[in-house]
Amino acid sequence: MYKKGSILLSCLLLGMVFLTACGPEHLENHDINYDGAEVGSLEGEIIVDGSSTVFPIMEAVTEEYAMFQPHVRISVGVSGTGGGFERFVNGETDMNNASRAIEDNEILALEEAGIDFTELEIAYDGLSVAVNPDNDWVDYLTIDELKQMWIEDGTVKKWSDIRPEWPDEVIKFYSPGSDSGTFDYFDEVVLEGEQIVKDATLSEDDNILVTGVNGDKNAIGYFGYAYYSENKDKLKIVPIDGGNGPVEPTKETIIDGTYTPLSRSLYVYIKNEAVKKEEVYDFVKFMLNEVGNLAEEVGYVGLPQEKYDEQLEMMEHLHK
Amino acid sequence: MKLIDEKKVTSGMKGRIFRNSLFKNIFLLATLLCLLFLIVLFWRILSQGLAYLDWQFLNSLPSRKPEKAGIYTALNGTLWMMAVVVPVTMILGIGTAIYLEEYAKKNKFTTFIQVNISNLAGVPSVVYGLLGLTIFVRALNLGTSVLAAGLTMSLLILPVVIVSAQEAIRAVPNSLREASYGMGATKWQTILNVVLPAALPGILTGTILALSRAIGETAPLVVLGIPLYLAFLPTSFLDEFTALPMQIYNWTSRPQAEFQNLAAAGIIVLLAILIIMNSVAILIRNKFQKKY
Repeated sequence: MYKKGSILLSCLLLGMVFLTACGPEHLENHDINYDGAEVGSLEGEIIVDGSSTVFPIMEAVTEEYAMFQPHVRISVGVSGTGGGFERFVNGETDMNNASRAIEDNEILALEEAGIDFTELEIAYDGLSVAVNPDNDWVDYLTIDELKQMWIEDGTVKKWSDIRPEWPDEVIKFYSPGSDSGTFDYFDEVVLEGEQIVKDATLSEDDNILVTGVNGDKNAIGYFGYAYYSENKDKLKIVPIDGGNGPVEPTKETIIDGTYTPLSRSLYVYIKNEAVKKEEVYDFVKFMLNEVGNLAEEVGYVGLPQEKYDEQLEMMEHLHK
Repeated sequence: MKLIDEKKVTSGMKGRIFRNSLFKNIFLLATLLCLLFLIVLFWRILSQGLAYLDWQFLNSLPSRKPEKAGIYTALNGTLWMMAVVVPVTMILGIGTAIYLEEYAKKNKFTTFIQVNISNLAGVPSVVYGLLGLTIFVRALNLGTSVLAAGLTMSLLILPVVIVSAQEAIRAVPNSLREASYGMGATKWQTILNVVLPAALPGILTGTILALSRAIGETAPLVVLGIPLYLAFLPTSFLDEFTALPMQIYNWTSRPQAEFQNLAAAGIIVLLAILIIMNSVAILIRNKFQKKY
């Protein structure tokens, strides 16, 4: 028993030594202005958790930041917006990524735990409603029509129920899973708390939704803007009429607010106490300076610069 | 009087031969079907991921840029975690099996334990994640460390290891044990020198299969809150880490197609680790099988 255990273990350890021996290459830097503390001078640990929607943005920020302050150990988790808040309340994390605004019960829990926090808005996402490219009847949808389609009312939904001139075919629904912030947002804005149609296919993986909509002429689905912009050839986008005529989600309409009400903000919640620490403040400052561009690189939309500047001032104030 | 009724034999012959070849073909078809799925899986993964699999992939941090992204932290994290899982599972699993088979008296209590262990093997992995979160991460305050995750994974696979080790120990003929006692050996000497070496091939097969499961599980890690992006490696068992299946899962859910190819490359690495582990097990097994 001893023998085989040690053989296996030594194999694993060998592998570890082998891999540790050659560190990661340093990535080359490009047009990023770092005006924080002296390069490489800071140390410490920052624990970030939360939404998997926001994760690619934080991954990018952390990746770039590590080039200036490699001794600050930052870890970014993907426990989901709600799961992340639970850890945030427990005091296990310094920052929580969220794809929706904090809820009242979460604010209450944080108050009870005696944790002061600040909300930082870091990027926009446009919830994109899409249909199959062969669908030649849908030209646009109003929010009321969306609601009529997506809520559970005991009937089997057909396209012709929405507008009589549309085909007499059963609609197939594809929606993100109920744990996701994307679902929460859709629930709030479109369903307004009512039950989602029970025939809907729910998946935590948005790529499955894209594949689903792509494979069925009568399908409709919604997901983050990045999933639409990466799959433009497989999907037909549905312009949304929020009261001022139909608008398609694009970078411009999301940023200027005309793609309403389906454009949403992505947030980072930060513990005020943590901002007092030099390394956290430095990281947050870097984040607010760079996150706009980095968010666009991974498929989201950056805020106007003055919004970041306002939040920078807020952080500076907290740090003192 | 004839002993064999030739007519009856010849009339039944056709049907028997037909049935003989029918079942042979059914079984062959079953095997080929399994193989077909395996080949499709391999073809898909290799065609997607092979182009991304190079030294740089093994040696880079995850990145928003697919061409720069790698599994340096994830691969090392998985190896660190296995360095906890392997000894803990082996010692606890085989120890329990020895106790239950060799020492414990067969009474209601041991039957109760036995039934429970078998049932635990069927509990979904997320439940073990919640258990680990409550006990290791929060109550014992280990945080999202290598140790906490390793212990959780050990719990997850222990039932399978115990049951298979028990089977292997039970299969050792009693005559071997009696011969050992006859030579004046104590119970412990008998277990160490006779029972364990004879049972080792069986124990190893079960253990390696279970360890393969621990390497591939994502759900318990997500529940524990194991981070996904880190720019550093663990230096002790109390440090944070990330694991290969988490990285693969995240990449498959990204919108950009390149990340799905990266996920495929990650799966190839995971498969390679499994194959290496299985080969080691087979080598050890062959060595001991020759002895007995």
